[in-house]
Amino acid sequence: MSLLKLQDLCLSIHGEKILDKINFSVESGQIVAVVGESGSGKSMTASAVMQLLPDGAKMDGSIWLDDQELLGKSEKEMCSVRANDIGMIFQEPMTALNPVQTIGNQIMEAVKVAEPKLSKDEVRQKAEMMLRRVELPQSRFPLNTYPHKLSGGQRQRVVIAIAISQNPKLLIADEPTTALDVTTQAKIIEILKKFVEKDNMGLLLISHDLAVVAEVADHIIIMRNGVIVEEGDTATFFANMKHEYSKKLFAASRQNNGGKFIEDAAEIILDVKNLTKDYKLSGKENFRAVNNVSFSLKRGENLGLVGESGCGKSTLSRCILGVEDYSEGSISINGKAFSGQKELRRHINVVFQDPYGSFNPRHTVERLVAEPFYLLESQPNATERRAKVKDMLRHVGLEETDIDKYPHEFSGGQRQRIAIARALITEPSIILLDEATSALDVLIRKQILELLEKLSEMLGISYLFISHDLSTVKNITDRVLVMKDGVIIEQGNTQEIYQNPQHPYTKSLLDATPDIKKAIKKLRNNLDDNII
Amino acid sequence: MSRLPLSFIVGSVLTFIFVFAAVLSFFWTPYDVTLLDIAGKFQVPSMAHLFGTDHFGRDIFSMIMVGARNAIAVSLVAVGIGMAIGVPLGLWAAATKMNKGHIIDEMLMRGNDLIFAFPSLLMAIMITAVFGPGAINAIIAIGIFNIPVFARMTRGAALGLWSREYIMAARVCGKGSMRISYEHILPNILNLLIVQATIQFSIAIIAEASLSYVGLGTQPPNPSLGRMLNEAQTMIFFAPWLAYFPGGAIVTMVLGLNLMGDGIRDLLDPKLRKRRKESDVAA
Amino acid sequence: MLSYFLKRVLSLIITLFTATIVIFLMIEVVPGDPAAFMMGLSGSTEAADALRAELGLNMSAWDRYFNWLTGMMSGDFGLSYTYRVPVSELIIDRTLVSVPLTVYALILSTIIAIPVGVISASRRGTAVDTSLMGVAQVGVAIPNFWFAILLVLLFSTTLRWFSAGGFPGWEAGFIECVKALTLPAISLALPQAAILSRVMRSSVLEVMNEDYIRTARAKGLSKRQALMRHGLRNAMIPVLTILGLQFSFLLAGGIIIESIFSLPGLGRLVFQSIAQRDLIVVKSIVTMLVFAVVMITFMVDMAYAVVDPRLREGDKS
Repeated sequence: MSLLKLQDLCLSIHGEKILDKINFSVESGQIVAVVGESGSGKSMTASAVMQLLPDGAKMDGSIWLDDQELLGKSEKEMCSVRANDIGMIFQEPMTALNPVQTIGNQIMEAVKVAEPKLSKDEVRQKAEMMLRRVELPQSRFPLNTYPHKLSGGQRQRVVIAIAISQNPKLLIADEPTTALDVTTQAKIIEILKKFVEKDNMGLLLISHDLAVVAEVADHIIIMRNGVIVEEGDTATFFANMKHEYSKKLFAASRQNNGGKFIEDAAEIILDVKNLTKDYKLSGKENFRAVNNVSFSLKRGENLGLVGESGCGKSTLSRCILGVEDYSEGSISINGKAFSGQKELRRHINVVFQDPYGSFNPRHTVERLVAEPFYLLESQPNATERRAKVKDMLRHVGLEETDIDKYPHEFSGGQRQRIAIARALITEPSIILLDEATSALDVLIRKQILELLEKLSEMLGISYLFISHDLSTVKNITDRVLVMKDGVIIEQGNTQEIYQNPQHPYTKSLLDATPDIKKAIKKLRNNLDDNII
Repeated sequence: MSRLPLSFIVGSVLTFIFVFAAVLSFFWTPYDVTLLDIAGKFQVPSMAHLFGTDHFGRDIFSMIMVGARNAIAVSLVAVGIGMAIGVPLGLWAAATKMNKGHIIDEMLMRGNDLIFAFPSLLMAIMITAVFGPGAINAIIAIGIFNIPVFARMTRGAALGLWSREYIMAARVCGKGSMRISYEHILPNILNLLIVQATIQFSIAIIAEASLSYVGLGTQPPNPSLGRMLNEAQTMIFFAPWLAYFPGGAIVTMVLGLNLMGDGIRDLLDPKLRKRRKESDVAA
Repeated sequence: MLSYFLKRVLSLIITLFTATIVIFLMIEVVPGDPAAFMMGLSGSTEAADALRAELGLNMSAWDRYFNWLTGMMSGDFGLSYTYRVPVSELIIDRTLVSVPLTVYALILSTIIAIPVGVISASRRGTAVDTSLMGVAQVGVAIPNFWFAILLVLLFSTTLRWFSAGGFPGWEAGFIECVKALTLPAISLALPQAAILSRVMRSSVLEVMNEDYIRTARAKGLSKRQALMRHGLRNAMIPVLTILGLQFSFLLAGGIIIESIFSLPGLGRLVFQSIAQRDLIVVKSIVTMLVFAVVMITFMVDMAYAVVDPRLREGDKS
């Protein structure tokens, strides 16, 4: 008898079909991963097991937890199931904890709900033990710490502690690491794995990242549009993929070897020298966000800037774009010193991360894409403007008829295309891509990266590609800079850095980055070992 | 076209009725409100006088029409003043705060705090008492207290928008703070402003009624709802309709405005949220 | 915590000082000649001169301002022009009526509004919610003085449960005074309760959508438990602001209500003084009321820090 078994589970919300005949099981001590893009229904499946669904939800089929049928249980009975049998952790650690309660109280509450008979001291001891198990040392994180003092990764560990403290048989993790840095992600996955092994817990891991899942799951399930497309044991899954969609996902998740070699003689179009940016904090303290950064970008070259959150890359990009002052150093574009002058601004533009916040919701596509024309000395008249915008829309793979639509009528990937069109309209030499693909589903991301490559070759534009995601950067850049705590700790050709990192931090970043090919290799070795 | 919420329909209808009556009163009222008819005083509501007559024989229905007109006029201008001054101030404060001009923002906030420190009704009474009663001074007194409300609201909403990426995109395109404030920020807070304006309008109506209740608002012989209530107080025991109708008129006007404001807020909100296509964006 | 506290204290002091300057300007400088204003047009020159001397109008404005400030800080508010008694005496007597009235109204308002808001929010969309909020909508629209008149009509005239006005003085006993203050407190409290319940409801609804409520339910807490243990404290934060604002409004709203019920309170005093042009009294009372409002705002800011630990060290997020 499986720990968890879903049988022909169907879910509809307000009549709209969300899940259709979902069948799978999870055993104790097993990690089952459900992978899919947004809208695939993977998160809904998780919520359905917990029965924490929005209003208007109707379910059919069966959800078996050991020998209990969960569907049909009253809310009161489900509360008991949630307290004793199933634990769940969610995607956004920053908002998952009550900001006005200490972490100790929140863990102790969970303990008390699961085991109401324990004494106060026993509850307290259990809470302390949980924090130890998630590797948050008592000395730095006593029970009376408030959540706002913790980073995202630390908060996620507290959330795990809360879930584990109730001794669940099954833990459901809905995108637990999507919002976290790559090194933090590795740590959290490691902690989860530890609990599965030590407590013989079953783990249902929901993710959009096939690479993360390949390294840690025993069984993989691919979902799309509310149905299961394919599934199999991880060891043999990738060798035996049959469905088109699975293959596409796999192809998009692999790291390719990008990068061309640029001759030294090529012209330098962006030159950053000794750039330093200090922030004055309350009191007399100074926070050095960017520390003596120097690099240059040559024509035709794509440069990557990688670093985790807080390393200063956003500050650096704002300085380069001329929307933030810096304390020391210089920036020059096309050889001329740049301090925000309009004449030079036309040579550099930007594509942001958030496809929803990038546009004024009240402007038409034409007005949005044409905004950079403000920088030109002789601005085109209305007909010229329209023609140019239409032209650019075609270049980025959109229709001419899209010109009069509003941003909300487009999907995330389409909006990034509009953003690219806007960045290109004044034919700049440099485009700064600030986490431009981080918020996109993996297949769409691949399309956008391919578009960027094509445009780069066609129009001779250089990219400064800023990201925390090393796999994406590997695909598209020629050279890469690694940033930590405001300092560039390593730079060089992309291929070399990835194969032969020198700095220990770079090494740890690369180690922590999920690599699907490495994972498959490891699995194959394990299989071979087992055979021998 | 989605079904409009009932509250919005009711609110808009009520508001429309009053605005219509108010405008109509410029051209026609059933009876002349300045004519006294002592012989016909204290008439109970009837077909001839829908709301009865008062102690001077004046037709209450007509008086309410004109009183409503005065209330609406005062409130409209007062809220108008509040918006005309408060909104640009709020935009300015937000723009300077984002671009290192903390001092201007601080000064604005202190100014706001200062005005908020004075209880509005008390100050309105003082202003009209010191500078003379009447509709104009009532407008100024009420208007002054609308300024910080709009300034604070605009500043808060604008600050929220300044951190959006499309604002940064505009800055990358070389646009300055003022241009951004009017091209990007203002159009996107218009919804909030409209809703707040209807709320402030309804508050102003009650404020005008309070001022005229104590004799400091619209002066006789111009009818005003508040003063009608004051006069009704001593006669309420034998002529209660003198109090019911003017009070009811105030309640209905304010209720109508609030319902309409709520309705507008609800209408504008979900449209923006529902239309968002959620595909393509990872989790 | 310390820096938060100090910043607030600084802002409090600045606001108070600026307010006194504004009051001073309004009352003494703007009408031109305060003495003539106070006496109306019917003042003979001799009496006017005497008044001017008494008011110290021969001194410069700065000196007058300074004297006034130092006087207030030592409890001397001057002599009332109409009553010829120290203003401080008048104020103390009246405060003993106005403050209990305000507190009474605030308590009534809170007791009604918070449960109504929570119940409405937890039963969102049901008939209970719609009817409660419908009543609240009407309540917001009712001018408190009209409501007072209606209350008097119903309870005093028809039912004869309460007197139509007057205040027996605290010597007559606690119960008697509370009875006298009840109808006034209710008429003040009603529109405020209506506003407060709507704010409470929307605050609770917003909180219910937060992620930490979902975490709480995943722990096995029922919807109600999650709301009570995690939601309420967070939902109270915006409500605190409104409560502070309401205090200011109630204090001033007392003016008309005190007149209707013939209560010897601060509001009625300031109103009569305005009518009698007794600028000395008006000046003092306005200053006191402003002081009270600023203090309450300050206390609300401090209360925030108690409720929300994030504020205690300044914003780090």
